[in-house]
Amino acid sequence: MDIMHVFVTPLLLMGIMGGVFGVLLAIASVIFKVHQDERIGLIRAALPGANCGGCGYPGCDGYASGVVNDGAPVNKCSVGGAKVAEKIAAIMGVDAGESVPMRAFVKCKGTCTASPRQLIYDGIKDCRSAATIPGGSPNACPFGCIGLGTCVSVCNFGALSMGDDGLPKVDGDKCVACGACVAACPKGIFTLIPKAADVVVACNSHWKGQMVKSVCSAGCIGCTLCTKLCPVQAITMVNDLAVIDQTKCIKCGKCAEKCPAKCIKTGERVEVLAKSA
Amino acid sequence: MTFTELVLLFISSIFVHNILLSRFLGCCPFMGVSSKLKTAQGMGAAVVFVIVLASLMTWLTYNYLLVPLHLEYLYTLSFILVIAALVQFVELALKKLNPVLYKSLGIFLPLITTNCAVLGVAVLNMNEGYGLAAALVNALGSSLGFLLAISLMAGIRERIEGNDGIPNSLRGLPMALITAGLMSIAFMGFTGIIK
Repeated sequence: MDIMHVFVTPLLLMGIMGGVFGVLLAIASVIFKVHQDERIGLIRAALPGANCGGCGYPGCDGYASGVVNDGAPVNKCSVGGAKVAEKIAAIMGVDAGESVPMRAFVKCKGTCTASPRQLIYDGIKDCRSAATIPGGSPNACPFGCIGLGTCVSVCNFGALSMGDDGLPKVDGDKCVACGACVAACPKGIFTLIPKAADVVVACNSHWKGQMVKSVCSAGCIGCTLCTKLCPVQAITMVNDLAVIDQTKCIKCGKCAEKCPAKCIKTGERVEVLAKSA
Repeated sequence: MTFTELVLLFISSIFVHNILLSRFLGCCPFMGVSSKLKTAQGMGAAVVFVIVLASLMTWLTYNYLLVPLHLEYLYTLSFILVIAALVQFVELALKKLNPVLYKSLGIFLPLITTNCAVLGVAVLNMNEGYGLAAALVNALGSSLGFLLAISLMAGIRERIEGNDGIPNSLRGLPMALITAGLMSIAFMGFTGIIK
């Protein structure tokens, strides 16, 4: 056996080729170096590096160059919040502006007991797949949570978990409001609310009262009682679904108390505050 | 090869042996980036660029390095090495010399580094024993065929996107796969126009 030809030459050839290409690329990277605005590097270092895409840019690198080159607002990073916004503002020499800390909220109370599961779905265990069947959902309510946990799997921060009742739970401390669950949920049951918000309508159904009642015992029936009760007119009806304007809400909780369907959630914020205290 | 043969090779590599629809190489971008006509064309342009350059470099590597050293069996490894280094180099150079082109090719350049269509054309050139001219003509034809097929596909997909007549379960990727199959059958109609 010709050892030279079988072992040495191929090894040498590939080694030399790799080496030559490596050197050429190294030289090229010096010759063709493009001068980058140094602020991009500084901002990138200030960002948390979660690459969640919550700011609307592809990752933290994209956002850093977006701030410098496209004049993107400095307070878009929901992971870093106000702290990071201040740092970026200092680098860019602008005012940080106000950034309200947000969190994800589940607009559904259709638990296994409250909203019956209509079909036995036997396909891929993913809500996006289950939502393509005729009727739009294996459950009786086509607006509500399907409960297969797609939101949990897309959450990069471990802030979501599936509860025993079949609904996802949001951990208000861990949630950074990146919006991944909002985009992934085929039923759109997630919404981002200010962390300070405490009175929220937990239903996504635009059906009329009677139809809602036939599929769920905890759905908004569109009775408009809450709009009349609200002392500051923060609640409006949008296609038979009550919507609370969080900028007006004074958290008196009168609506939640009187809501016949008990679909207005309150008290969650108290829990969150108690936990973090 | 005579000039006539080269012209025939060019036409057959676009239509008869279309790299996507007859040889089924590079199906990943064919599905992945064919939902919008504009991105599909960007991808197609990048493929034309890279395949022609890569074919030139791999042809030189094969005929002036591997054949004299009797190491033909190393072609897969060395082709991948050459293509990867080349694409990296082109990306660096473009970024500096022609930022406009760099922006329009954008993400697609690094994406096609490991594309099987690029390696496939290089290997085809080798297997068929093409000379340099024939190899380049084949590379240009194949890559233009890629551009043609992916543009057609994107055009069709843009039109069926919002079509309510398609059953829910077939929307999106399933319909795209069926479309690709039908296009492939249509392209089989070109078989035999060049002997």
